[in-house]
Amino acid sequence: MAQRNPYEVLGVGKDAGAEDIRRAYRRLAKQHHPDLNPGNKQAEGRFKELNAANDILSDEKKRARYDRGEIDETGAEKPQYAHANYRDFAEGAPGAKYHAAEGMEPGDLDDILAMFGRGTRGANLRMPGEDFRYVLTVDFLDAVNGAKRRLTLAPDKSLDVTIPAGVRDGQILRLKGQGGEGIGGGPRGDALIEIHVAPHPLFRREGDDIHLDLPVTLAEAQLGGKISVPTPAGDVTMTVPPHSNTGGILRLKGKGAPRPDGSRGDQYVALKVVLPEGGDPELTEFLRKWAPKHPYDPRREMGRGAGKP
Amino acid sequence: MISFEAVCRMVEGIEPRELERWIDERWVLPESRSEGYVFREIDVARVRLIVELRHDLAIGEEAMPVLLNLLDQLYAMRRRMKALADALDALPEETRLALRASFDDGKETE
Repeated sequence: MAQRNPYEVLGVGKDAGAEDIRRAYRRLAKQHHPDLNPGNKQAEGRFKELNAANDILSDEKKRARYDRGEIDETGAEKPQYAHANYRDFAEGAPGAKYHAAEGMEPGDLDDILAMFGRGTRGANLRMPGEDFRYVLTVDFLDAVNGAKRRLTLAPDKSLDVTIPAGVRDGQILRLKGQGGEGIGGGPRGDALIEIHVAPHPLFRREGDDIHLDLPVTLAEAQLGGKISVPTPAGDVTMTVPPHSNTGGILRLKGKGAPRPDGSRGDQYVALKVVLPEGGDPELTEFLRKWAPKHPYDPRREMGRGAGKP
Repeated sequence: MISFEAVCRMVEGIEPRELERWIDERWVLPESRSEGYVFREIDVARVRLIVELRHDLAIGEEAMPVLLNLLDQLYAMRRRMKALADALDALPEETRLALRASFDDGKETE
């Protein structure tokens, strides 16, 4: 680019004072700084020219040499922009770091169109709205038996959710039309609710089956009988066969979690013989006198010497 | 990975105390680590820009956040426009031509 007379570039007279020159330079530089005019090549060229002119005129010695004709317009130009420019970064991915304020960085095409207040309606696009995702933690029993819960999405917005009986941990419920507004007359999106089932102190769930450890007395185990057993749907009566033992597992058919097809899983009850707390004097006395005709060794299976020093 | 001291060496006309204040004001956002601030290239370029705005162009401390905020908005917009331009470039030629015609029509009526 042909260099112009520095006085012309800054728009000052030959007799301008240092303060005039500084002021003129600042005024023009603010207007043409390339980082304030990204993508404008003209501003970039103009700014270089301004800097070259200012370099000469702001330095009394250089200005005098120029006035005497010892150096030309380009004589004092130093490589001002050898380093990388802010605009080169700011327009690329690293620039996202310096977004102006929350919500200022438009995310997608819809956001760009929304900036000009038209949604995407004007664009002849018909799209379903966005799906909203939520996580809902439900009680163990509510998951098995089903429940209605109110999900608060925002202070002024809530959603009534019917938790179907038998819902599993991690299952996703889709509530049609409870998501974002449709675009261009498209249908609303859905609300997707991921169910987290809280653990229960007594019951364990494996698939649609329920597992329960049930303490029984020595007499109940030995003699058998009818006992009351908790299930997620309430207590039921179960017959313990005579000669039951700790670890024995009884199945309550159809007492597990319901399945979508209407059938139900089973409940498995693991018996655990529990002796009277603190010892019962009569039982102690009986066992002392008890000389079994058929002695038994419950550790037979463990093998001799195993685990012994 | 550029240290605080390195930035002070690299950028002509910056005082450490000044740079610290700019970081406090969140005009520059280096990463804060146990060994001190860590700058990336964009941060250094931004420091250099603020030095120019502050010293060469005499933008006052009061006006600086307003200017930086507007500048950040401008660059955010340009990033999106660039992404949009890239997306438009990837369209089939027929669609691109139709789009261009409709865009140029829109300009004439403005």
